[in-house]
Amino acid sequence: MAEVSIRNVRKAFGTTQILHGVNVEVEDGEFVILVGPSGCGKSTLLRMIAGLENIKSGEIAIGGRVVNTVAPKERDIAMVFQNYALYPHMTVRENMEFSLTLAKAPKAVMDQKVGRAADILGLDKLLDRYPRQLSGGQRQRVAMGRAIVRDPQVFLFDEPLSNLDAKLRVQMRGEIKDLHQRLGTTTIYVTHDQIEAMTMADKIVVMQGGHVEQIGAPLDLYDTPANIFVAGFIGSPAMNFIKGHIRSNAFQVAGLSLPLPNTRGASEGTAVTYGIRPEHWKLDAAGVPAIVRLVEPTGSETQVVAEVEGHRVVCAFRERISERPGDTLHITPDPACAHLFDAATGMRLT
Amino acid sequence: MSGDVDASTWVATRRKPSALERLFDNKAFLIFICLLPAMGLLLVFLTYPLGLGIWMSFTDTKLGKPGIWVGLENFQYLMEDRVFLNAVWWTIFYTAAATALKFALGLWLALLLNQNVPLKSLLRAIILLPWITPTVLSAIAFWWIYDPQFSIISYVLKDRLHLIDSNIDFLGTPWNARWSLIFANVWRGIPFVAISLLAGLQTISPSLYEAAMLDGASSWQRFRRVTVPLLMPILAVVLTFSVLFTFADFQLVYAITRGGPINSTHLMATLAFQRGIPGGSLGEGAAIAVSMIPFLIIATLFSYFAIGQRKWQQGGDE
Repeated sequence: MAEVSIRNVRKAFGTTQILHGVNVEVEDGEFVILVGPSGCGKSTLLRMIAGLENIKSGEIAIGGRVVNTVAPKERDIAMVFQNYALYPHMTVRENMEFSLTLAKAPKAVMDQKVGRAADILGLDKLLDRYPRQLSGGQRQRVAMGRAIVRDPQVFLFDEPLSNLDAKLRVQMRGEIKDLHQRLGTTTIYVTHDQIEAMTMADKIVVMQGGHVEQIGAPLDLYDTPANIFVAGFIGSPAMNFIKGHIRSNAFQVAGLSLPLPNTRGASEGTAVTYGIRPEHWKLDAAGVPAIVRLVEPTGSETQVVAEVEGHRVVCAFRERISERPGDTLHITPDPACAHLFDAATGMRLT
Repeated sequence: MSGDVDASTWVATRRKPSALERLFDNKAFLIFICLLPAMGLLLVFLTYPLGLGIWMSFTDTKLGKPGIWVGLENFQYLMEDRVFLNAVWWTIFYTAAATALKFALGLWLALLLNQNVPLKSLLRAIILLPWITPTVLSAIAFWWIYDPQFSIISYVLKDRLHLIDSNIDFLGTPWNARWSLIFANVWRGIPFVAISLLAGLQTISPSLYEAAMLDGASSWQRFRRVTVPLLMPILAVVLTFSVLFTFADFQLVYAITRGGPINSTHLMATLAFQRGIPGGSLGEGAAIAVSMIPFLIIATLFSYFAIGQRKWQQGGDE
């Protein structure tokens, strides 16, 4: 096990700048998730840690050793690929043994290590099958088994769940988290799915356009997003944003007035973006009128798309809603949970 | 549009299909109709000549004289014919040597082209040139290259580089002629092997190499343990085709040496033609051609069973 330091790392493919100076510290044994939309550079960063992309600017250290010029096989890391990258011509056992075979490990050691990994992942009965004969979830487990057998200092996962169906994804999410808790190996995991990031990570690194937007624990990111991008990216359904101004100690925009959060940084007349998560709207007879456009019951809650003074907002209520499209609800935001962002820079006002 | 029809009241009406329409909707009939032209062509231009050839090999047909059934007499005669036995030996040697070289060089070329080289598509197009040139044209070009007096190779080695004192007699002595022919065949056959193997290489996911790299495999180990096994299925198919084409080669040899000097480069195919058409012994020529069939079947079965079938390729649960 080891800590990983990423210091001022830059990367360009031709003239396209992919990473603009990224700094991330991963503690020993931590589960860190790099999350961001497609093309934000998160996979490139992971591949640079693995040694599959060279590092021209900045440095990456694993366990205190700078690995910029160290060959991938000597970095003591194991990677799980998005498409699993299982060798189709080898059985599950041979796939898991491959690195040990190359290292000329004794047969007894190989059996012991493969046996342990198979045990952890429940692969015992599948050891003599070929990848073709396995389901998606089983292949995923073999790919993890191959990583476990190596006993590396760091696990790298590159969008490992994106080829699975929704139900299996939830199951494997739990298995990976459980695996991390049992093995305690430092893990860096890339995904574009913020739910995966929220549910699994000790620490989330939100990236966009080659920049790190915010680093923090899942709930910190949820409760105090540093800017509009993080606020909109974390949480589902996404946060509502309304643009307006601060006037007479309230957020105001044409015909609409909403209570302010406890914010000192916003002075009278400032142009701001008001952010409120769907679940932080409350039903309140004294609130603002909202015309119901769509009602989406999920059972545990009811999502309502409504129009408030011409602004489309999404609300999620624990209560069951009997109103139908076209009816009017009265709602009010919970000011303690509202967020204010500078309209020009998009940064959080505290 | 007339006033009494509008979109809200219009209903699609169903017409009863005619007998002809129903006939063409019949799957069995359609299959038969669609296969008919191909089957007709195969029957007339493949099955009939092949059958006729096999029948003729058991007769003593000569040009202008309908033959009578002589049983295995042609084959018995050939078994003691030094020229024929030599042709069998040479055909096998020619096939083995040319195929081995074609595969070694073709695989090497495919691996090179699979790298990120500049002007990749242009290089690929150039590499296909030997293959798309009509065989007879390239054979004539080689005939000139191997000419005893005007050979460009002799010219460069002798008059330019002064490495040798006299022209090389490429086609005048048996072994020189044999290697010259093998070289010409290899030159012509490499593109097919290289492009087919390149197609195979491109089906191998780059992440497998990356995974192997992380697993600690050197580039030779990646080639040995990832590329080669994954290339085996297509290798088997290409090998089969290459062996069949080379074994049944006719054009190159006939255009460059005509089987000479002193019959030393007669392949079975050229000998069959030589005996049957210019020589007039149609029955004997047919017998030589028919003797090629067992070799071709063995080659096909070998590559099909020995290297074609891989357990990991088969789907299914158990």
